[in-house]
Amino acid sequence: MNKIILKLYVTGKTLRTQKAIANLEAICKNELGMEYELTVVDVLERPQLAENEKILATPTLIRELPPPVRRIIGDLSDKEKVLIGLDLQKLTCEE
Amino acid sequence: MKSNAETIKKIETHIPGFDFISNSGLPEGRTTLVSGTSGSGKTIFAAQFLAEGIKNVHQNGVFVTFEESPQDIRRNMYTFGWDISQWEQKGQWAFVDASPNPENDAIVTGEFDMGALLARIEHAVNKVQAKRIVLDSIGAIFSQFENAAIVRKELFRIAVAVKKMQVTALMTSERTEEYGEIARFGVEEFVSDNVIIIRNVLEEEKRRRTIEILKFRGASHRKGEWPFSIMPDEGIIVIPLSAIELKQKSSNVRITSGCNELDKMCGGGFFRDSIILVSGATGNGKTLMVTEFTAGGVKNGERCLLFAFEESQDQLFRNATGWGYDFEEMEKKGQLKVVCLYPETAGLEDHLINIKAQIEDFKPNRLALDSLSALERVSTIKGFREFVIGLTSFIKHQEIAGLFTATTPTLLGGTSVTEAHISTITDSIILLRYVEILGEMRRGITVLKMRGSMHDKEIREFAIDGEGMHIKEPFRNISGILSGNAVYIKTGELERLNGLFKE
Repeated sequence: MNKIILKLYVTGKTLRTQKAIANLEAICKNELGMEYELTVVDVLERPQLAENEKILATPTLIRELPPPVRRIIGDLSDKEKVLIGLDLQKLTCEE
Repeated sequence: MKSNAETIKKIETHIPGFDFISNSGLPEGRTTLVSGTSGSGKTIFAAQFLAEGIKNVHQNGVFVTFEESPQDIRRNMYTFGWDISQWEQKGQWAFVDASPNPENDAIVTGEFDMGALLARIEHAVNKVQAKRIVLDSIGAIFSQFENAAIVRKELFRIAVAVKKMQVTALMTSERTEEYGEIARFGVEEFVSDNVIIIRNVLEEEKRRRTIEILKFRGASHRKGEWPFSIMPDEGIIVIPLSAIELKQKSSNVRITSGCNELDKMCGGGFFRDSIILVSGATGNGKTLMVTEFTAGGVKNGERCLLFAFEESQDQLFRNATGWGYDFEEMEKKGQLKVVCLYPETAGLEDHLINIKAQIEDFKPNRLALDSLSALERVSTIKGFREFVIGLTSFIKHQEIAGLFTATTPTLLGGTSVTEAHISTITDSIILLRYVEILGEMRRGITVLKMRGSMHDKEIREFAIDGEGMHIKEPFRNISGILSGNAVYIKTGELERLNGLFKE
């Protein structure tokens, strides 16, 4: 139950995409402290997935599990804000 | 010399009336901004652009919604008879849902773009092979993101990308005033080549919808505000009033007024494709003239359409029976159609569309409307003038006879507002007037105008009995009837005057 599933939606292999992926990987490795699964979705290749999730902006990070679903938009450069957005404090407290 | 490659082609929208005022549609492959206040009908216009494309020319469409959910749009547009769900199933219509979702409230950290939205739009356009695309309403996207600078930049990028997709695009945007800045965020007009403004103006406590093409970059269009109406089962109908040209033919065929004596006064009857105005005070015999006009047509095997705005069908039929005409029987035979409407049930634009539809449906040879004055009170003077012009020119195009009545506000003499607007358009004017003689109210009739024909210039007395109207001798010894100050000249005085020059 303590596995976190993340999906990062990006547009192409731009500088911003690379930045967002690097930022997210660093946070996952150093800050999460739990098992995680990260998928990167390129909306140019799979637009239907973006349609299903009704995503407008890229990069968009979605925490699919555990519920509730959380969304963070941007290149994830502000570590603190990302952690607040992922709402991890609550998860770690519950353990 | 102009090369064909340089001229801007247009695609017909098939929105009724709009292709006329836009000189046959929207510039192809370009982006048009439709701006209007809340409730002005932007979303309907946008949805209709796609719906008419699918219905009429098999052009598929993509609807990008920033405001309402697709579910709401499907439901709202169903009232106009557009079955969007069915088109979606057939792959003719695709939604891109960019409407705000309160459950998906996102935190923003760092830079972002609208790449996903753009990818979704491209995907949808490719999926249905769209030729038309709608973005409704682009201003709403500002409410979803705090950083207006990014939204502005990204809107521009989307507009540029849409242009490359070789689709004809329509963007809607909201404005706060009917007569003010084109759009709210100041960016909308820069991302589009063409601007259309739709208005919903409150004038003298009455709503009036108009549409105006402000600019078509590099292409022609008609100028000014045009009234339009939103009708159930049809959507937007633009009414191109003053653009109607006087091209109709004119015939010398005479038709009966339904009253032999009046035919004689008119030099042998009304012309077959003329507009006749009957003006008179209340209770003066206007409805009787309408009844005789209608019955006279039916008697000669013509089809007659009667619009009544003052009386109910029962009243009308009872009156007709009183004068010896069986309207019920005529209706049964299909020669007569009586449409009774209460003027306040709709705006004048709606009435005009309804009347036109009835005429096209019934295809009458003659038409009577009782009375124009009743319609005057549901509109502004401007709106009424447009209605009268629109109606008369439509009737003239059908080459049928139209008889309108107008009520004068005073019992004796006087003219009505109706006459001021219509008198130059009508071919014939007949005045019915009360004449006060020695403490008695009598009735007078005169043919004031009869375009293209000799006519009786006298003011004659007429009486109404169980068989209708009977026109009698002229009022020889009365003057000043039309001014409302009838002066009686004694018979003795007349004889004396006549005898003066006799030997």
